[in-house]
Amino acid sequence: MNVSTDLDRRFREAADREGLVDVAYDLADSPVGELLVAVTGRGLCRIAYRPDDALDELAGDFGTRVLRVPRRVDRVRRELDEYFEGRRREFDLELDLTPVGAFHREALDELARVPYGEVTTYGALAAKVGHPKSARAIGGAMNRNPIPSVLPCHRVVGSNGKLVGYAGGLERKELLLKLEGALLDTLFP
Amino acid sequence: MMEAAVTIPPFERFYAEHRDEVYRLLARRMGRQRAEDAFQETFLRALRAYPALRHGTHLRAWVLTIARNVAVDAFRREQPTVELEEPIELPRRPAFAQLEHLTDTLPPTERAAVVLRYAYDLPYAAIGAALGSSEDAARQAASAGVRRLRRRETT
Repeated sequence: MNVSTDLDRRFREAADREGLVDVAYDLADSPVGELLVAVTGRGLCRIAYRPDDALDELAGDFGTRVLRVPRRVDRVRRELDEYFEGRRREFDLELDLTPVGAFHREALDELARVPYGEVTTYGALAAKVGHPKSARAIGGAMNRNPIPSVLPCHRVVGSNGKLVGYAGGLERKELLLKLEGALLDTLFP
Repeated sequence: MMEAAVTIPPFERFYAEHRDEVYRLLARRMGRQRAEDAFQETFLRALRAYPALRHGTHLRAWVLTIARNVAVDAFRREQPTVELEEPIELPRRPAFAQLEHLTDTLPPTERAAVVLRYAYDLPYAAIGAALGSSEDAARQAASAGVRRLRRRETT
């Protein structure tokens, strides 16, 4: 005799209604695999390729009351679906980047300006942030991007046009760039 | 004396681990229909007190105690004149065994407060949530229990 799906859902929604949840999340299917999508009262705070690790990170960053509340991420899920189906080029979402440090934040703000379907390099992004010699640090900032795909770190590549790296794995980076129609071969022959 | 600190898990993991056991306990005591409201109330109380926890040990004992108190509160609401003779049961654990013989004659609330505080090392805010009262009320219940035990020892 276990908890019914209905009772389980009612508890989750009551918890959310009473404002007792620090982070609400759900899992979402996508062409790049199952994603964990998490929001706080301020906005979207995490998209993760490894849901299990992400729960502990979220508890550390935003508070231990991390609870799966599917309807709270409905809007993000819808925009992601549209993006992955090629029907959306920009996201219209509030973001919560409160745990992100100052340099990391500047890098992510600049990253957000890289347009759909285009790529830039770690060096170029470093120059825009005002630290032209910090390409490596920018690489680190991209690697720790809490909201991949919405903050498009897949659009940042090496100066030789190589994909270089991606926290979610290079095959995901390539898939996202192909989806956006970014043709690396012509950009970097 | 101090146990190694156990990290407090994200609430989802705590909930997923204990929800079925809590529901079964409530259904056994109250029937399935009424157990549903009590189930929700139990985990809402746990969620309210969760930020007050200082470590992740004894979370099962804690949530089962909350569930029993929610059940007791429901019976009291329905039959306010009937005194509940049944003491609040606590899980049989080594930490509890040390205190059991001392506390088994205390009134239920005092007993739960003393055991959760001194055997399970939970903070008063979390005990208050378990007992459906406040941090202050939990502190008072524990100290009343301890005073009662002291008086008994000296007589």
